[in-house]
Amino acid sequence: MTYLVEVNNLKKNYSSKEAVRNVTFNIKENEILGLLGPNGCGKTTTIGMLLGLLKPTGGEIKIDNMNFEKNRIEILSKINFISPYIELPKKLTVKQNLIVYGKLYNIKNLKERIEYLTEKLRLNELLNRITGELSSGQKNRASLAKALINKPQVLFLDEPTASLDPEVGDFVRTFLETYKQENKISILLASHNMNEVSRLCKSVLMMKNGQIIDNGSPESLIAKHGRKNLEEVFLKLSRSKNELD
Amino acid sequence: MNLIRIYGLFLRHFYLITRSFPRILDLIYWPTIQITLWGFISNFFATYSTYYNNAVGIILTCAILYDFLFRTSIGFNMLFLEEIWSRNFTNLFISPMKISEIITSLIGTALIRALIGLVPAILLTSPLFGVSILNLGINLFFLFLSLYIFGITLGILVSAGLLRFGPSFENIAWSTMFLIAPFGCIYYPVEILPEIFQKIAYCMPLVYVFEEARRILVEQSVNIENIYKAFIINIIYLTVAISLFYYSFDKARKKGTLINIGE
Repeated sequence: MTYLVEVNNLKKNYSSKEAVRNVTFNIKENEILGLLGPNGCGKTTTIGMLLGLLKPTGGEIKIDNMNFEKNRIEILSKINFISPYIELPKKLTVKQNLIVYGKLYNIKNLKERIEYLTEKLRLNELLNRITGELSSGQKNRASLAKALINKPQVLFLDEPTASLDPEVGDFVRTFLETYKQENKISILLASHNMNEVSRLCKSVLMMKNGQIIDNGSPESLIAKHGRKNLEEVFLKLSRSKNELD
Repeated sequence: MNLIRIYGLFLRHFYLITRSFPRILDLIYWPTIQITLWGFISNFFATYSTYYNNAVGIILTCAILYDFLFRTSIGFNMLFLEEIWSRNFTNLFISPMKISEIITSLIGTALIRALIGLVPAILLTSPLFGVSILNLGINLFFLFLSLYIFGITLGILVSAGLLRFGPSFENIAWSTMFLIAPFGCIYYPVEILPEIFQKIAYCMPLVYVFEEARRILVEQSVNIENIYKAFIINIIYLTVAISLFYYSFDKARKKGTLINIGE
């Protein structure tokens, strides 16, 4: 089986602290993989390494069969990222931001790409508005458009629906499902919303103390741990003493 | 290097400046105030000093040259800091822009920022004080070029510090020019400095640029060697600064500063 993302024995140390320890996983084409774990468990560090913002202390990341460290720029043109903690330049209009990022990703037919995303993400009335003046939901859609401007093969999502109202959250989840199906992209979803993970992900990784402590489909994890839902599984694993320590 | 990506980053700052009248005003306001102030001081010295009455506007010309250096350096830092302040840092560094493309784009944008501020101020000096910086002739281009390269070099050095140490390095960004100014011999000959300071001054390109500007205005002669020395020193510093920027980027990826700055 070929994987679009291959992570082998990934490690990250800060001085004496091991933030990520021997993390290994793969993501297939057209798959959404969930990444769950309590705050400080190493999710952001793992995503940081997958985005090239952090240099791994050990291990290897391959995206589209290319070693990340050796092909950083080429891989960055094939991936993208969205997080509520990172914003688009606030003083620019949504359209200006999309033009700027279209240029940074050297997109051919940028006008058509912006029109496509505008329609799909219901951005028509927002295009000429200042990004900083938009509501959380509107900013989220604008950020999503930026994250898809380069037709990424792999999309990294860090709590993509945090701070959104249920209607907008549902819109984003439905959009992601449809977009993934139509474009066969791979997605790594880090989230604390267990319903979201259950709905979107066929497979889930559970992280704690920098390690993957369990993995499987949401259903299999629920059955394995004898719980009613994924949230209870999350709580059980988060509160238990890490067997791997 | 990809020109479209370089243009993209330029466009990000172009949109930012052109969308905001206060930003344009801010760019023009300080150079104009600075040069007007030095214009009056210059007039005073030209009237009461035997050294300066040989060349009316010598201080004003040096003030304009220094302001160009200041604006270029601060301009580069501002462009870099803008990404931190707007929490757009991560978006920039996860885009497929090479470090060389980021530096090239910021170098070009910093020049435009500096010129937006300085051109109106330069135009003002002629009717207000009867001084034209064009009196420096063709050498003006080489003096400006030297100052531009040194301003960019300082900007890159400070940005490398921001990458390496994070936003806490911001205060250094504002103070660099003030630290260097005494050794630049902007308004006085290098002989005024104590001997040890003179040695430091000669390690920087500024002293050659400003000594030469004064020589052209006072003695109406040019010492090409000074311009040449300034250029050589500039290239050495620029090479060091760019290497340090790459080193800082690598260190930032190891230490996690890019993530800390971005959020």
